[in-house]
Amino acid sequence: MDLAIALALQIVYGIANLVLISLGLAIIFGMMRVINLAHGEFLMLGGYTVVISTNHGVNIWFAMLVLAPLVVGLIGVLVERLLIQYLYGRMVDTLLATWGLSLLFVGLVTTIFGAQTETTISPPLGAISIGDYSSSAYELFLIGVTVALLLLVWAVMKWTRLGLVARATMQSDDMASALGVSTRNVYMITFGLGAAISGLAGGLLAPVTGVLPSIGATYIAKAFITVISGGASILAGTSAASILLGGINGIMSFLTGPTLGEVALLAAAIVLIRLMPTGITGRFFRKSL
Amino acid sequence: MAFDRRTFIKGTSVAGLTLMAPGIIGRAKADDKIRLASILDQSGGLDIYGKPMANATQMAVDEINAAGGLNGQQIELINYDPQSNIQFYTQYATKAATGDKAHVVHAGITSASREAIRPTLGRFQSLYFYNTQYEGGVCDRNCFCTGSTPAQTVEKLVPYAMNKFGKKVYIIAADYNYGQITAQWVKKYVTDNGGEVADTEFFPLDVTNFGPTIKKIQAAKPDMVWSALVGGAHISFYRQYAAAGMNKSVPIASTTFGVGNEHKLISAEEGDGILAAYTYFQEVPGDNNAAFVKRFQEKFGADAPYLNELATRSYEGIQLWAEAVKKAGTADRMPVIEALESGISLAGPSGDISLDPKTHHGVLNVYLAELKDQTFNIVETHNAQPPSDTLLVCDLQANPDQATFYFENGLEAAGIK
Amino acid sequence: MNWSRENRWRAVIVAAGVLFTLAAPSMLELFTIINLSTAIALAILALSLGLIWGYGGILCFGQTAFFGIGAYAYTIAAVNFGGSSWAILLAILAAAAFAAVLGYFMFYGRVSDVYMAVITLTVTLILYSLLRRTSGPEYKIGNALLGGFNGVNSPPLNLPWPPYTPLYPEHVFYVGMAVLIIGYVLCAWLVQTHFGRVAVAIRENELRAELIGYDTRLYKLVLFTIGGAVAGAGGIIFCNGVGRITPDVFNLYNSALAIIWVIVGGRGTLVGPVLGSFALFYLTTWLGTQGTVNNNLVLGLILIVFVLAVPKGILPTFISWWDKARQRRSMQRRELKVRRRRGRASLLEEAADEK
Repeated sequence: MDLAIALALQIVYGIANLVLISLGLAIIFGMMRVINLAHGEFLMLGGYTVVISTNHGVNIWFAMLVLAPLVVGLIGVLVERLLIQYLYGRMVDTLLATWGLSLLFVGLVTTIFGAQTETTISPPLGAISIGDYSSSAYELFLIGVTVALLLLVWAVMKWTRLGLVARATMQSDDMASALGVSTRNVYMITFGLGAAISGLAGGLLAPVTGVLPSIGATYIAKAFITVISGGASILAGTSAASILLGGINGIMSFLTGPTLGEVALLAAAIVLIRLMPTGITGRFFRKSL
Repeated sequence: MAFDRRTFIKGTSVAGLTLMAPGIIGRAKADDKIRLASILDQSGGLDIYGKPMANATQMAVDEINAAGGLNGQQIELINYDPQSNIQFYTQYATKAATGDKAHVVHAGITSASREAIRPTLGRFQSLYFYNTQYEGGVCDRNCFCTGSTPAQTVEKLVPYAMNKFGKKVYIIAADYNYGQITAQWVKKYVTDNGGEVADTEFFPLDVTNFGPTIKKIQAAKPDMVWSALVGGAHISFYRQYAAAGMNKSVPIASTTFGVGNEHKLISAEEGDGILAAYTYFQEVPGDNNAAFVKRFQEKFGADAPYLNELATRSYEGIQLWAEAVKKAGTADRMPVIEALESGISLAGPSGDISLDPKTHHGVLNVYLAELKDQTFNIVETHNAQPPSDTLLVCDLQANPDQATFYFENGLEAAGIK
Repeated sequence: MNWSRENRWRAVIVAAGVLFTLAAPSMLELFTIINLSTAIALAILALSLGLIWGYGGILCFGQTAFFGIGAYAYTIAAVNFGGSSWAILLAILAAAAFAAVLGYFMFYGRVSDVYMAVITLTVTLILYSLLRRTSGPEYKIGNALLGGFNGVNSPPLNLPWPPYTPLYPEHVFYVGMAVLIIGYVLCAWLVQTHFGRVAVAIRENELRAELIGYDTRLYKLVLFTIGGAVAGAGGIIFCNGVGRITPDVFNLYNSALAIIWVIVGGRGTLVGPVLGSFALFYLTTWLGTQGTVNNNLVLGLILIVFVLAVPKGILPTFISWWDKARQRRSMQRRELKVRRRRGRASLLEEAADEK
């Protein structure tokens, strides 16, 4: 019984983990049809923000929850203003540009901070025990943050004027701008928000993962697979795909080992893409956010 | 018919070289410098290993040159960065061998990179040094492997760790040749020492979520966990393990933790108590090492990375080669190989080391250490350990005409166990 | 035979290629020749993407998948057969078959442009992850080990007739150039057949092409499959140039690189992507020999500037400059003539026509 609870918790965490690393990408892709190949580097920058600022004595909670999204969000806005805004409607060029950006960020961070940066942080919450098993309380916290983040994005999209305008721009930017919406600003804010959420995710994961300049590469494949399996709807798609892929991965990892767990995740993604080439939300929950 | 590139190269190299490329063998460049080519990843994902190695290489060459060079000749260092991309290894190795006409090539981090360039360097008769710890088994007259192999370090750390923590071991390892072979050695020595292996798990190199495994470890209740995890993504394991409170109850021993400077990338409370074994730590005692560390830090300033086995082996690999060049009185390939095979030795930062003529591998000092506050404290020293795994399959003195990698298909295929 | 301006250019390009192949060994150093075979292999990959994307409008972000499958299939088959002739055929067929299956899913599943890019990328990344997991003696196809992360050594090409003499790396250069030139001729021929013109029509307006009565799915599938076969042939040269094939061929870096050659060289041409691949190959090779600045930094910066400054790609930009310059010259000439002969009114007409 203890094992079942501990395991269930673990699987939920695996799912939350996938949502965290994919959400920023999903927002930028879902809203703007921009394939952001620098997504992994946004996560990395979030992690670096936390490591560097805590090394300078900043409180870890402040660094993770405030500084990381703020810094990476600002970088996102900057990138949008200096680069992406010239490339709207040229999807392929944004691909190239964001890939260049990803290399640039890796090179920049390596040049400034070296190939590795010493760290002093560890997960700020202790362990909790479930009978014979123990889990990290920080993992519970991350699950909570992920749910809160999803709710927040949903509420913003659903109820605020910004969300309304963003959804309108997403459906038809011509019509939106004809009605007086500054689509330029909407795109800038969306890109910044997507980057900020990626930064937050990277910051939150910093205490439980390695933070290296090239670490983004380990996330990007999974994030892409999740987003593409999920389909066009940002929240419903990302959540549905994370639940499916993360669940399969968690169960198979426990039953057979991590190698088959990863293979099962990939196999599930292949089957899913075959059955639903436009993702889960291309077929189901079409109207959802 | 087992027909592959290696047998092909072995079988045809002599005839081919004389027929097709007569100009290659003679070191035709007429200046009086000795050319040393270095091919190490200094950007891309492997730079965490490659940069310290490249720094140490630079320092070794600079020191030899400052001391007047070798036999009165200065060394010219030709530095290539293959950018963590195998195709560049082949290219730069070809260029170093036939274009630069390098007298020696010090190159390679991963086994994939070594196996990509070893045939090329063999064919064009460029002496090759591989200065990285790896799974063992390379048996090639043209190639010298100065790094440690699993049997060297695992053999010493297993009894120490079992004595300290207990006999039930849970092995986790990176899912590739090196991790699998290391895990096999761990299993062998655990059983030999009267212990038991609870389970062995392999992890793809890009796994960052170790939750399910941590639960399995909790279910198996081992006395200790043996880690042969490798690379940036796998650092996550140590952090998540500590976050679940496991580092207090089930300690970790490893022969791969620290070589990517993992102990600096996790915090003190996460890492305290981890046991590691290498043939060099920055904390190795002795004036020789203290002076070496000081020179290194002066040269590379505040950015100087922690000196690990990889960096120091790169330094000592060049020094060993330099000794042989001095002994041979020339930098030409065959005399240097013969000098290297004469049981050449060096008083380096890692202590007195030598080369084993049978295997072309290092006879090295193994240090066991315990991590405390991101610093390794050395707890045991075993001097002059032979490359016992490679020795099982390789004898270049009895059979010099070979260029084989015996462990490519794992240990069983090489006839071990 | 009526030689259009384009075909004249194509003949010049082929002639230049043949000339280069013959002259290179006496002009260049040995290592350049050997290393060129890798560059040529990548150029073949660029050519295949230039065909399906530039002419068919199929944005395939995973062209390296077919390239890598070609290389792996060749290696596995050559180890098992003990020779390369059948392995070559099998490798090209394997790459084409994989492209056909993937293409069938995408085109008959009516996948849109953006999704096509991401699906092909995802499939490539899946191959990358899967192959990295195949280390250990249990992952074997016949006698050939897959090798996981470390990859496998690729057996060298050999002459197709007995005795089966293996080729040296410097001879792979000739094979590579032959494949590149034949591939180019094939693609150049294809794009001006009826089939090729329909493919371009689909690129320009898929709906209209469909309404006229063409089964656009089939046309795209066939083009995609041909592209896969060409990429697979490139893969064979690649693993011979490098001497080894590792899963890294499927990683994001290489997938993106293929797209970048085409963008840099120019879409809608076949030579452009080839030139783009050579240019980037030499840029990255050169970057690895300089030790001062981080390579990623330089490469990233160059790419970003390139997207902003030369969005159309080198070759189309160059061609449009050329055309403009020619136009201006001929305009000036004509203007003089017109003034002399016809007077002002017709000059205005001419100018209007020019627009």
